[in-house]
Amino acid sequence: MEAVVSFFSPIYILMLAAILGYEIIGKVPVILHTPLMSGTNFVHGIVLVGAMVALGQAVTPLEQAIGFLAVLLGAGNAVGGYFVTERMLEMFKSSKGQEK
Amino acid sequence: MGYLIETVYFLTAVVFIVGLKRMSHPTTARSGIVWAGYGMVLATLFSFAHPQIQAGPGNYVLMVIAIAIGGVIAWWGAKKVEMTAMPQMIAIYNGMGGGAAAAIAAVELLKDHGGGGPETHVLIMAVAGALIGAVAFSGSVIAFGKLQELKFFKDDAKFRFTGQQKFNAAVFGTAVVLGLVIALTHSSNGALISVFFLLALAFGAMMALPIGGADMPVVISLFNAFTGLAVALEGFVLGNSAMIIAGIIVGSSGTLLTLMMAKAMNRSVSNVLFSNWAALASGEAQAVTGSLKAMEPPDAAIQMAYASKVIIVPGYGMAVAQAQHKIWEMCKLLIERDVVVKFAIHPVAGRMPGHMNVLLAEAGVPYDLIFDMDEINEEFSTADVALVIGANDVVNPAARTDKSSPIYGMPILNVDYAKNVQVIKRGKGVGFAGIENALFFADNTRMVYGDAQKVTAGLIQGIKDLG
Repeated sequence: MEAVVSFFSPIYILMLAAILGYEIIGKVPVILHTPLMSGTNFVHGIVLVGAMVALGQAVTPLEQAIGFLAVLLGAGNAVGGYFVTERMLEMFKSSKGQEK
Repeated sequence: MGYLIETVYFLTAVVFIVGLKRMSHPTTARSGIVWAGYGMVLATLFSFAHPQIQAGPGNYVLMVIAIAIGGVIAWWGAKKVEMTAMPQMIAIYNGMGGGAAAAIAAVELLKDHGGGGPETHVLIMAVAGALIGAVAFSGSVIAFGKLQELKFFKDDAKFRFTGQQKFNAAVFGTAVVLGLVIALTHSSNGALISVFFLLALAFGAMMALPIGGADMPVVISLFNAFTGLAVALEGFVLGNSAMIIAGIIVGSSGTLLTLMMAKAMNRSVSNVLFSNWAALASGEAQAVTGSLKAMEPPDAAIQMAYASKVIIVPGYGMAVAQAQHKIWEMCKLLIERDVVVKFAIHPVAGRMPGHMNVLLAEAGVPYDLIFDMDEINEEFSTADVALVIGANDVVNPAARTDKSSPIYGMPILNVDYAKNVQVIKRGKGVGFAGIENALFFADNTRMVYGDAQKVTAGLIQGIKDLG
């Protein structure tokens, strides 16, 4: 029974996460499409933590080199994704906000 | 330690979800990305203590160096980029994520399993993630090159040849077969794995090369979803729940976003990937009758200053001319004269949906003056003046009436219903789709020729002269 549960729990995660992603985007106004695409782009920058683990396990120089590349690219994704998204969203102001 | 890491990853996933939710409304959007940013920092810091990391201190040094180099370059690029160049910047960061996922898979596959190692289904996921990630990487790099208008990519036609789709399918098929061989035989053969990655990278590049610049946003969005999926698959391989959840959310939301963009452009995703405008335009479009009637900026200014409602329709041409600041300056003068000013945004104005909103926001236009096509299309009939600046195909009435037109059926802004239409245009050329615009020849349309910035300066002067 335990084996069955541990086989199915990732599938449940997958299904729920997929529905969640669909729901979040479904209600977004068109004006935020570009920043939101950029925001989701930032979110998959979490690949950085996987890259760190991969590099941490690397033994041979070749594995280390590829792991190094993975961390470098992952960090670029996370950092770049954050700052472009933040720059775009910072500019959205309503006419009330502007008078301040 | 394992419990602590899992708790941190769980919190990260929660913060990502809340952040994305907040990003879906303009008033909370900025705080959304900040929330998600905290989650990322937290997850990264704690990952240094991940129990799966067994190797010596040398690898930690490499980690810190790699994060520093990647982070600083990306930070510098993100601060410097012009708002008009945002789409290609998103593409390149997305490509980096795909590349990272593929590289993780490479490390896992190259490890000497000694006959044992991970189970076959885990290796299949590693290979699938590697394939998707590599395609997203090379495809995004090409997309960046094309949108940046690098010389090499200028001519789409030179990348098209007969039998191209069959050739691409063959490359893809070979990569899939090699991937299955690697996974099923638990092979860690370097040569085999290298060929597999080269084929995957080649396929991504060949997929993106023939696609024209106008369709690129859809493709970038698709690659974004790809990267999400690749990250999730590698998350399964590493048993990393944060990667699984974040990756799947991006995969599904990215897919939906891609479909929405394609729909707004009246194209299907397969249409974007496997064909092009030139092949679509069948038959002669109906001849346009009437004549072009020019107008000088001072006269246009008077018409707007004495109007009660003006709707402005900006297009990418305005952003290229950097006229958005001047336009907003003009609008403020009109608002002072109690003219109602609204901006109408077509879903594909700019280079991707929402891009024009970003460009207007940069100029200081408040978002409550900016309206989507569906919100404002009814209002054109009550507008005294519709000012079209740098837009063309998205206001072409032929999309409503002319069945032989390549843009027939595309939803357009009903600019021609306004009492007066002013079109600011550099010259008499045609739009992206390469077709004449019947709007420009209509009886209620006046053409104001010239550089968008100079014309707008003329309009501002004209309004000021009225006192």
